[in-house]
Amino acid sequence: MDVERTYGEVATKARQSLRDVERSPGARKPNPILTADNIRREFGGIIAVDVDHFEVQEGSITALIGPNGAGKTTFFNLLTGFDQPNSGSWTFQGKDMSKVASHRTAALGMVRTFQLTKSLTKLSVIENMRLGATDQKGEKWWNGLFSAVWKGQEDEITEHADELLTRFQMIHMRDEYAGALSGGQRKLLEMARALMTNPTLVMLDEPMAGVNPALKQSLNEHIRGLRDQGMTVLFVEHDMDMVHDVSDWVIVMAEGRIIAEGTPDDIAKNSAVIDAYLGTRQGQSLLEGE
Amino acid sequence: MDWNLILENSLKGFIGINAVYFAIAALGLNVQFGYTGLLNFGQAGFMACGAYGLGMTAHYFDISFWWGIPLGILFSVVLGLLMGIPTLRLRADYLAIVTIASAEIIRLVVRSVKFKTYFGGSDGINGFSSSFRALGNDFGINEADQYGFWPFKFTGRELWVLIVGWLIVAVFGFVVYKLMKSPWGRVLKAIREDEDAVKSLGKNVYSYKMQSLILGGVIGTVSGMIFALDRGSVQPDNYSRDLTFYILTALVLGGVAKVSGSIVGSMMFWGLFTFMDNFLRQVAKDPVSIGNVTIMKSTQVGQLNFILIGITLILLMVFRPQGMFGNRKEMAFDGR
Ligand SMILES: Nc1ncnc2c1ncn2[C@@H]1O[C@H](COP(=O)(O)OP(=O)(O)OP(=O)(O)O)[C@@H](O)[C@H]1O
Ligand SMILES: [Mg+2]
Repeated sequence: MDVERTYGEVATKARQSLRDVERSPGARKPNPILTADNIRREFGGIIAVDVDHFEVQEGSITALIGPNGAGKTTFFNLLTGFDQPNSGSWTFQGKDMSKVASHRTAALGMVRTFQLTKSLTKLSVIENMRLGATDQKGEKWWNGLFSAVWKGQEDEITEHADELLTRFQMIHMRDEYAGALSGGQRKLLEMARALMTNPTLVMLDEPMAGVNPALKQSLNEHIRGLRDQGMTVLFVEHDMDMVHDVSDWVIVMAEGRIIAEGTPDDIAKNSAVIDAYLGTRQGQSLLEGE
Repeated sequence: MDWNLILENSLKGFIGINAVYFAIAALGLNVQFGYTGLLNFGQAGFMACGAYGLGMTAHYFDISFWWGIPLGILFSVVLGLLMGIPTLRLRADYLAIVTIASAEIIRLVVRSVKFKTYFGGSDGINGFSSSFRALGNDFGINEADQYGFWPFKFTGRELWVLIVGWLIVAVFGFVVYKLMKSPWGRVLKAIREDEDAVKSLGKNVYSYKMQSLILGGVIGTVSGMIFALDRGSVQPDNYSRDLTFYILTALVLGGVAKVSGSIVGSMMFWGLFTFMDNFLRQVAKDPVSIGNVTIMKSTQVGQLNFILIGITLILLMVFRPQGMFGNRKEMAFDGR
């Protein structure tokens, strides 16, 4: 934490663009890639998500934090079409996503990973990776029989997959069944696999959970690398050191609502957030103190 | 005890027409169940589509018998859509219920008195394979002649169906093998494990499941056609639930998610079945008694044989759940 970080061109731009953004929940950003309005999701009596306004700045790394049960995962599910809100609308790159099926969101460039890892344990690591590539000719049944049609593309995909596996230090597991991976390795595989879709927005649900500290450092580098390649990253994380280390902007959720926004430094000083995490007002509603 | 006869019949069972149509149907079921994880309990319904497609063309439409092939395939595509549209978005169990019910509905409709004019009621449709047999004669396999050597002796009529049948097994075996090695097959195998993961990677899971259901159904339809051509008739009660479950047994015996498993499993199923049947029949030629209690009469051989099949399946599931050829790491069943 003590090291003074130097930022690359892209990162500097991202940070500058966020400099003048208001430090308040639902703040407007200069170039939002993802926006959401009045999203509400109830489970029986529980209001899991109730977000008035939400924007993610294009080209930035945005962290979504908040205590357990704050509604972060539910919000992810809603944005990616894996769950339907009771009301509300959201857009990605200006396109209304409310009626878009979950598999279409990935095709549009918005990919997500899951908090509970979904590695396909009975496929090998490399097959998991290949599956991630989009627009595969060989995935049409009428092409399946004619390997000449898709072999070339498959080789390119494999090459890309090998590169990513090397980058994630997983290349030695390439031909193992994914079921043979450890929990942390599965997290890495899922993240690498998501990148196979060539996304513009990457949404990671607790990417660091269960990953060892040494690897966390290099994962942080990867995540910064994504931004420097022009991708936007939105991630959920409980590890505050990591949040502080990689994110350009932090959005805090509690009890389904956004309670604070700001740069990592702002958030570190925000008393409502500190309370939420340190639990000084344990059991009390976070929303009251605002 | 006539061991020669038992051996001859068992070997014929091993490569006979029953093994052929089971192998084809099991290949189809393997696409759906083995590779995609779709619980299709209505494979008999798809098979009936093929058999009735042929039978109806021959009997009620004034067109060439060969049109029955596309007609049967059309029936099965429609059946696949009818089963799939309402259920493939839901949990796997719903497909199981709908497929088992659909197959029964088909059987009850075709055997009903009301539609006797179209489907022939419980008598079914008979005597329509003459064009098929004529083709065999044209190929120089005379249906009345004897071919082969002991223990593989067949009439020309049997031999012709066997040749066509095994060719179809080979073709579909190859097709399924190639498809499952392709990126398309990879998506199916991924769906079998976790639909959400596949969706998050931008694949239309619903569409893939539909494709798998229909492809497996069409293969099942061709199996029904071979079965009907061999008998030269189609009887509704041949297409009951039992048929689906025996095919499933053969599939599991050989090993799911393996092409060789469907084929060899079917051969083993019928080889074993015929062996047990012949063996028990010889044993029970005279009623078997202990003291003065009769424990088995020749009329009970059939039942006993099915009991033994059931026991075999149970033992298999306990001790070798991946079947004969399955890869334990890759099989569809596990204690998840
Ligand atoms: N399928 C569901 N059915 C009922 N309640 C649910 C469901 N999913 C989430 N909830 C409820 O919604 C609230 C938000 O859950 P969510 O999983 O979004 O929290 P989270 O912020 O991701 O927490 P964590 O940091 O522990 O992952 C919780 O109170 C949870 O109990
Ligand atoms: Mg969560």
